[in-house]
Amino acid sequence: MNQKILVADDEPNIVISLEYLLKREGYTVIIARDGQEALDMIARELPDLVLLDVMMPKKTGFEVCQEVRANDALKGVKILMLTAKGRDTDLAKGTALGADAYMTKPFSTRDLAQKVADMLGQGQ
Amino acid sequence: MKLDRRLVFAIGVIGLATLVWLLVTIGLIASTLAPEQRALVAEQLAPRFVLIGMTWVFGLLAIGATLRWLFRRYASAPARLVEQTQVLLAAPKAAPMDHQGTKETKALADVIFQLASQRDTLREDVEAQIAQASQGIQLEKNRLAALMAELTQSVVVCNLDGRIILYNTRARLQFKTLSVAPTLASGAELVGIGRSIYAVFDRQLVAHALESIQQRISRGAGSPSAQFVTTTQAGQLLKVQMAPVRNVDAAGNATEISGFVLMLENVTRAFEEEHLRDQLLHSLTEGSRSSLANIQAAVDMLAYPDLEAPMRERFLAVVREEVQSMSGRITDMTQKATQGLKARWPMEEMMGADVLLATQRRIEARSQRSVTLENLDASIWLKVDSFSLTQALDYLAMRLVEEFDIKFFRLRLKASGNRAQLDLIWTGQAMSTETVMSWEMDSMRFGNESTPLTVRDVVERHGGEMWFERERVRHEAFFRFLLPMASVQEQLEATQILQNDSRPEFYDFDLFQSTEQTHALEDRLLSELSFTVFDTETTGLNPSEGDEIIQIGAARIVNGKLLRQESFEQLVNPGRLIPAATVPIHGITQDMVKGKPLIAEVLPAFYSFAQDTVLVAHNAAFDMKFLQLQERHTGLVFNHPVLDTLLLSAVVHPAQESHRLEAIAERFNITVLGRHTALGDAFVTAEVWLRLLPLLQAMGITTLRQAREAAQKTYYARLKY
Repeated sequence: MNQKILVADDEPNIVISLEYLLKREGYTVIIARDGQEALDMIARELPDLVLLDVMMPKKTGFEVCQEVRANDALKGVKILMLTAKGRDTDLAKGTALGADAYMTKPFSTRDLAQKVADMLGQGQ
Repeated sequence: MKLDRRLVFAIGVIGLATLVWLLVTIGLIASTLAPEQRALVAEQLAPRFVLIGMTWVFGLLAIGATLRWLFRRYASAPARLVEQTQVLLAAPKAAPMDHQGTKETKALADVIFQLASQRDTLREDVEAQIAQASQGIQLEKNRLAALMAELTQSVVVCNLDGRIILYNTRARLQFKTLSVAPTLASGAELVGIGRSIYAVFDRQLVAHALESIQQRISRGAGSPSAQFVTTTQAGQLLKVQMAPVRNVDAAGNATEISGFVLMLENVTRAFEEEHLRDQLLHSLTEGSRSSLANIQAAVDMLAYPDLEAPMRERFLAVVREEVQSMSGRITDMTQKATQGLKARWPMEEMMGADVLLATQRRIEARSQRSVTLENLDASIWLKVDSFSLTQALDYLAMRLVEEFDIKFFRLRLKASGNRAQLDLIWTGQAMSTETVMSWEMDSMRFGNESTPLTVRDVVERHGGEMWFERERVRHEAFFRFLLPMASVQEQLEATQILQNDSRPEFYDFDLFQSTEQTHALEDRLLSELSFTVFDTETTGLNPSEGDEIIQIGAARIVNGKLLRQESFEQLVNPGRLIPAATVPIHGITQDMVKGKPLIAEVLPAFYSFAQDTVLVAHNAAFDMKFLQLQERHTGLVFNHPVLDTLLLSAVVHPAQESHRLEAIAERFNITVLGRHTALGDAFVTAEVWLRLLPLLQAMGITTLRQAREAAQKTYYARLKY
């Protein structure tokens, strides 16, 4: 079965590229446009991996991350945080709150695809 | 001529001795003679006994005269010399002595005169030196005054109790903008000699800064100073730099702190501009990052050779749109960009351990919970605003205690890369993200004290981060603060011992002697107290029948000096008509009070002006009655101690008929200017009070309590309004 990836970002201009890229790589892709929707979809769809943007309406990526990690049922969900915040303090916070990896925008899609493959490969 | 008794006694003794000698001689001669011969001699001498007696008397007279001459020459001359020397001793300047005496006493007189002349020379020398020294001090004072006046920075010097000892014009202006009632008291209720600086700054904040200076001194820092930024009541943001004033021992080494210098800078505007600039920069960097990410991703997709045409068009559209939005953002940025400003929130270099200790003390003091420090690492130096940081930690601990009844806290500090992690750890209860979020975003409030700051603000001020984390295994939770660390260079500067004491020597005044007395106000010496001498003009004499205050004037007396420049004068709109009959008395017409503030607005400013002082007025009961009738409206209770110059004049001069202000002023020869304006009368009353003070002291009335008791006993005190 295809592995399922949730892309949670409120910017359609990045979502379109990520969706295309990941589908091409053979994953099933679902989309969330804000923090709350992301949380709901994670609980419902149990994706293998979440590409989580930090700056989102309703709930920030940090909050989503913390709530996912607080729920034992979602232990298997991997989180890759994507953010335009370049500060090292954000990186430290994201990692501390339970993100498995962290990428700062802009990034090359090849690196992203590689990282996603690595993270999902580990889980198997 | 009076004979000396000693002389008479000596002559008597000699007369007696010669008589005895004569009788013994006769007796001896007689004993060697035969009885016939003895009878013969007696027969021969008997008729001539008178002759023998006369020679004895003559002899005795000769001896007496000689003795008297000797006595006058050798005994009374020294006595005269003693008297003349005493005159010399008392004289401000020695005059040569006209001494009649022996050769020896004349020589002695001469030497004494030389000694006295030497004394005079020395005295003149000392006086000249004193004059020179005080001229030097005056010069230094003037130089300091000139220097302070020239400074573009506000300078305020305080003693350890926070009493203002010195301030410059710039500070006066600055405080005017800080005053809540700027047009009423023009800041004079805030800055003034002898006033408390705590009217402007939070006492805790100043204490905190002093404490960190102490810590630096004890660690051997050369020029320890501290700085903090604070918001004032009027909402201004002040950057304050504090340097200690230290006593100097005999060897010239700086010893304990006796006061502090505050340099103030109003950074409100600079900070607002900086904040705006930060926001712009932020939107530029973060916004650009996302746009770039969108473009890059789209470009990467476009690179796939097998891309279908509609998809290609969509990716191209993304690129176009993002490029356009970036251009727009940059145009926007250049329009808004303000000039480069450097007023960052000032951070100070502090040893991490000190920050933890300060936090520990604060939490323990407020929340009464024990706080332990874990693995104190003395090598970590932080660059922090320690006051707001400890406040934030204190606040979080307080919330934890209030809402989850946490019993113990631990504080931990660890270096992590180029930042430090400061953790506030507790065992047990974890909380929801919403709770953490609300604690982070709420304004910090401690009981009645509240600050506009939030924990988030504090974190952002440090360019750091803060989050809540759990360690499930150990059943622990903590708030982690990521904080900037001080660079090695900054650490060096903070610890370096500077040997050259480059402090200018303007500190010769005894400004730091006065310290807060532990006595209650009542038992303080009158000479040590500060007074607010005031007078009111009113629409009439019956406050309880609707008469109102139309003018208040007040002056301050600090350290026995009338501070004319720190006065208070305000016309008041009485909210009723001023009776035409009273206008000639006070000279205030209806037009003059039109548009002036009401008494309810003026009294708070006057209340601050009079804070911590004793109120003095002539016939004080009258003025106090007006103030007390306002208590209900303003909520301000004038419960200051009150002295009445009318009653005290009656204490000092009970025999005088009149104790009207004019009569007393005339008695004391005080020039009266501007009589019957409130301020003019207040100045006259102040002069009267300053002259009454020494007279009261001469009567043994030295404390406030004694003065009030004495005043109560006078006849006038029994008259009631």
